[in-house]
Amino acid sequence: MNALTRSVPWRGTAWAFGKLGLSGRSLVIAVPMLWLGVFFLAPFFVLGRISLAEAIIARPPFTPLFERAPDGSLEIIASLENYRFLIEDALYRNAYLSSIRVALISTIFALLIGYPIAYYIARAPEPKRSILLLMVILPFWTSFLLRVYAWMGFLRTNGVINNTLMSLGIIDAPLRMMHTDLAVYIGIVYTYLPFMILPLYANLTKLDGALLEASSDLGASPMVTFFTVTLPLSLPGIVAGSMLVFIPAIGEYVIPALLGGPDTLMIGRVLWDEFFSSRDWPVASAVAIVMLFLVVAPIMWLQSVQNRRGID
Amino acid sequence: MRGWFLPLAVAFGFIFLYAPIVSLVVFSFNESRLVTVWGGFSTRWYGELLRDRQILGSAWISLQVAFWSANLAVIVGTLGAFVLTRFGSFTGRLVLTGMITAPLVMPEVITGLSLLLLFVSMELSLGWPAGRGITTIVIAHTTFCAAFVAVIAQSRLRSMDESLEEAARDLGAGPVRVFFDITLPVIAPALVAGWLLAFTLSLDDLVIASFVSGPGASTLPMVIFSKVRLGVSPDVNALATIIIGFVLVAVIIAGWLMRRAVKRDIG
Repeated sequence: MNALTRSVPWRGTAWAFGKLGLSGRSLVIAVPMLWLGVFFLAPFFVLGRISLAEAIIARPPFTPLFERAPDGSLEIIASLENYRFLIEDALYRNAYLSSIRVALISTIFALLIGYPIAYYIARAPEPKRSILLLMVILPFWTSFLLRVYAWMGFLRTNGVINNTLMSLGIIDAPLRMMHTDLAVYIGIVYTYLPFMILPLYANLTKLDGALLEASSDLGASPMVTFFTVTLPLSLPGIVAGSMLVFIPAIGEYVIPALLGGPDTLMIGRVLWDEFFSSRDWPVASAVAIVMLFLVVAPIMWLQSVQNRRGID
Repeated sequence: MRGWFLPLAVAFGFIFLYAPIVSLVVFSFNESRLVTVWGGFSTRWYGELLRDRQILGSAWISLQVAFWSANLAVIVGTLGAFVLTRFGSFTGRLVLTGMITAPLVMPEVITGLSLLLLFVSMELSLGWPAGRGITTIVIAHTTFCAAFVAVIAQSRLRSMDESLEEAARDLGAGPVRVFFDITLPVIAPALVAGWLLAFTLSLDDLVIASFVSGPGASTLPMVIFSKVRLGVSPDVNALATIIIGFVLVAVIIAGWLMRRAVKRDIG
């Protein structure tokens, strides 16, 4: 097929669309716009509307938004009852606070473990550097669920850690590690460690070696150089990595469900149980809306501020 | 940070990353049903896995879902990225920017719940989608995977030399032709990477699929989750070992291809 005949279908199509009053440009814009509008944006309006409904035993299990009044007019039925319930019941407040606490502690641990690795890789000579980097990313490509499952075998009463410690005679009775908050921290750090290491590594490789030399020439010990030069300069990497761990950790469901105890409260788990166990769709929707405003809105705001700064 | 501290911290970090995976693989060859007590070498759990119709069926569903989600996500994500990097200003640009990046930070439970409620409402008012299953999971996965594809495609579109496209336009090629003959071949490697990422993300997803799936359409993560919720089970170890093996082979092949591509570019 030569170039001329190949262009015929394109031209024909463009001509036909032009006749229909549709420019190719608006058609191309329409595809992602419509898909995301219908399947990403619209769901939030449905979520908001159902959070104002009341749970009933029917299909679907919530009251309709409009109802015909006896005189034939349409009445809007909406109440903030679910939100009042969220504020008054300590369970939800505690779940929100506890999610933030768990995410924060896990982020700090991830930073403490991830920073030396990122630093070491950034300083390593070339073939070694690529191999180490690949080793950090590799676990990320295997199933997330199975990586969490691996820790179940590790931490449980009859698990690898307890068996090893007991056979070495370090402990007499097995430690209780499964179904604790500690297990949740380990699970989150383990799952999200690559997200901490990669931005840190990207930042540390850009670090100018001359600054470190200057610092040591001026008599600073490696320790002092690290804390006064390297650490402050890597702050953007620390912030980026911490955000990438902290944000997904707050809404985490799988890790607290598999590794956490019954008293490990996290908001993602509360939402899940409200939906799948209590089958209270309106309350689950209200939990999601509050979560949206507490967690996602600040992130979106931060991102838009950063974008604007990037353009200026 | 010199001396013994740094290597020790790094060694600890890598042991932390790999010890659970290694023990998972080792105990998949364990004869004993007590996953973490060694009872001799055996491949019996692999045999049981191959006879487990539930796992095989759900693996097939997951592969289908991941294949179609990755295809659709590449189309939606690439078009979104192209529109945002090449079309200048248009009505709704800000909305599209928000909609294409927001799924990256959206907690899965919110995405899952809101999409399910949309599907239920649509079924009530439009009669579509009738019930929930593979179709609804594909739609949900496409939506969040498109965001990841868009990020990769956008960075490639920004870094690519736009004078190539200008030259083609100056030589009389229409915008559609420029896209298919110039832009698409140049960004193709990024789209392949995006496709692979979308495929992996879809295969891996448990939370969103659990919300939007219906009876008879359990994906592999859903079946694994219901199994491991009750405790460790040796056939899951065998399954994990097979998946890790696949990933290793895929990474080695990808690395080899990438090296060859780099060599070709230089030489």
